[in-house]
Amino acid sequence: MSADASPTSHKHTLVAWLEDKPGVLNRVVGLFRRRNFNIESLTVGHSETPGISRLTFVVDGDDHMVEQAVKQLYKLVNVTRVENITNKRAIKRELALIRVKVDAQTRAEVMQIVDIYRAQIVDVSMDSVVIQAVGAEERVDSLIELLDNYPILEMVRTGAVAMTRGHAGRNGNGSAKRKVSL
Amino acid sequence: MKLTGAQIIWEALLREGVDVVFGMPGGAILPAYDALAQYPQIHHVLVRHEQGAAHMADGYARVADKVGVCIATSGPAATNLVTGLATAMMDSVPVVAITGQVPTSLLGNDAFQETDVTGVTQPVTKHNYLVTDVNDLAQVMREAFYIAREGRPGPVLVDICKDVQIASTDFVYPDEVSLPGYNPWHGLDMDAVEEAAALINKARRPLIIAGHGVMMGRAVNELRELVEKAEIPVTNTLLGLGSIPETHPLALGMCGMHGEAHTNLAIQECDVLIAVGMRFDDRVTGKLDEFAPKAKIIHLELDPAEVGKNVKPDVALIGDCKESLQALLSKVEPARHLEWIQQINEWRSEGEERDILRAELDELIPPYVMRQLWHSTKGECIVATDVGQHQMWEAQYFIHERPRQLLTSGGLGTMGYALPAAIGAQMAAPDSLVWAVVGDGGFQMTIQEMATVMQENLPIKIAIINNGFLGMVRQWQQLFYEKRYTGTPMLNPDFVKLADAYGMAARTVKRKDEVADALAEANAYDGPFLIDFQVEEEVNVYPMVAPGAAVGDLIRRPQIVQGPSGVKPAW
Repeated sequence: MSADASPTSHKHTLVAWLEDKPGVLNRVVGLFRRRNFNIESLTVGHSETPGISRLTFVVDGDDHMVEQAVKQLYKLVNVTRVENITNKRAIKRELALIRVKVDAQTRAEVMQIVDIYRAQIVDVSMDSVVIQAVGAEERVDSLIELLDNYPILEMVRTGAVAMTRGHAGRNGNGSAKRKVSL
Repeated sequence: MKLTGAQIIWEALLREGVDVVFGMPGGAILPAYDALAQYPQIHHVLVRHEQGAAHMADGYARVADKVGVCIATSGPAATNLVTGLATAMMDSVPVVAITGQVPTSLLGNDAFQETDVTGVTQPVTKHNYLVTDVNDLAQVMREAFYIAREGRPGPVLVDICKDVQIASTDFVYPDEVSLPGYNPWHGLDMDAVEEAAALINKARRPLIIAGHGVMMGRAVNELRELVEKAEIPVTNTLLGLGSIPETHPLALGMCGMHGEAHTNLAIQECDVLIAVGMRFDDRVTGKLDEFAPKAKIIHLELDPAEVGKNVKPDVALIGDCKESLQALLSKVEPARHLEWIQQINEWRSEGEERDILRAELDELIPPYVMRQLWHSTKGECIVATDVGQHQMWEAQYFIHERPRQLLTSGGLGTMGYALPAAIGAQMAAPDSLVWAVVGDGGFQMTIQEMATVMQENLPIKIAIINNGFLGMVRQWQQLFYEKRYTGTPMLNPDFVKLADAYGMAARTVKRKDEVADALAEANAYDGPFLIDFQVEEEVNVYPMVAPGAAVGDLIRRPQIVQGPSGVKPAW
């Protein structure tokens, strides 16, 4: 018997529910750092349950590393649930704001590209436009590749947020209160 | 009942069954210390350095099977705890550390003696808290003890702002904790139990590796029943020593880097390996790809993150190992494995022939001291060891018979652990004989706690295995760095004079024929006693699995070749 041989690494999308307590994000990020997990992107915000935040993160690694990431996250007292949705049917979206250099000649071209990608122009100035794009990561990648020809002056991407399709998700606050006698 | 935060701290400790704390006062924790005067039920042991306080709480916890508590002020005092917390974290010891913090109004201000203590200790604690509101304090204390103790134990730190200690609130100690993200108990997977039992029942060369978890899970009896019912030989990790009496015919002793050859050969040849309450540390497995190559592996472990972390088992029983062993016991058939045991015994006698204690030597060598320590106490003592060569010799030559008898820093390898851990052990077991076995290097890292021994009037015995070197490092330099002894020779103080300065009885032992007498004197002495064993300088710990090598590929104990009279043997 031996440890897992390292197969090719690939991207995994995971969702974690966190109690909204001081320092909790630091605990999660600190765990990733000290366990040497390679984080591609990480987003956090409110969930449907007050007091519970929802974290979506994408890690690059082999299955063994991701299994460890999930198990180690569970050990954090403020993490209530972790789910690996990589192989599940899920909606994954990210938002990008992209400032592109334009002039009188290229403005129309850029607007056309924006239309094709069902993105939006949300700010216009004499020499640039700001484009808001929402979509799957690959779609945003492909838009960025095209826009970079003009070129892109400034960009921010949120990283992916994700939710499984179909059945209603159980919230992250599911496990029962534990009673302990004194 | 309206109480101050300071009072709430002690009220909480009382309700958690705490009667001793180890610590040192300072500015930000002064309100708590002031309130301590109202709680004579709690004994405070004044340490000389906060690292000592953390190790004492750790030693206390390991012996008492309770949560150990240490207390310190903010800033440097809290950072001094870090090594002790990391030690407890690696060895899964339940410790609660209480630290004072600057007042909430100064938080984040770089105030005098301010350190981000929850930030600093985050990687070395199971969980930690910063308390900025007195109304949270009782709940936090309740949770801290719960988390430290339940599931896989570990250290929890509670950092309490000074103004929180001064403020008052209605005190209600909560009956229950609400921790939706913390559920360490897992139901047993009965299919896995069936599978594991089937593997064990088919096994021809089964082997158990029993670790610290067996004792923490209070499963010593269940382990022994399984060992005897299915006649399975059992080897131990360093921290697992004592989970089965080493005098048991099926007990093989410690495996791994400095395990006897027969334990590691058994690992390499077994067909079913049952790992109980251990985590496949690299000092146990050696080269992972070649570890137990012929075996189906069954892993009994409470912490799911340890399952598959280093070694991927064929069957995993995740849960309390007492329950898992009980379930297994009902499915495992009685069996005999005569041939296999004969084979192991052959390996064992080959090793015993090379035992350095069989060589007729005049020189004072550490294995002899360790075996004599066992003889002189008839094994009836608690031993705390430091880290290095003497730690391995103790593991090899002292014969461990019961749980909570050996305290040592297995995971972190913390030099300076032994003396403070022995103090904690003696506080937990006032009537037991407690020996701190130290090297001359590690001893000097927490040597100031001799003053704590004297102030508390503890009858702790100290054996220094003094070879004038950082011995284990020197051994590695000899074996892997062509004997370039950089930074390892030590010029030491006169330890007997030093003991005298502290008011501690002491003697030096230089010759083999003085050992038994000195040990007898120390054991009989009514009070603390130190022996400076000035041993042969360049003796190595064998057998040894070189770092990165497979455990079967070990450096055997060399045959001792006696030179002409007056010439030292080659060790």
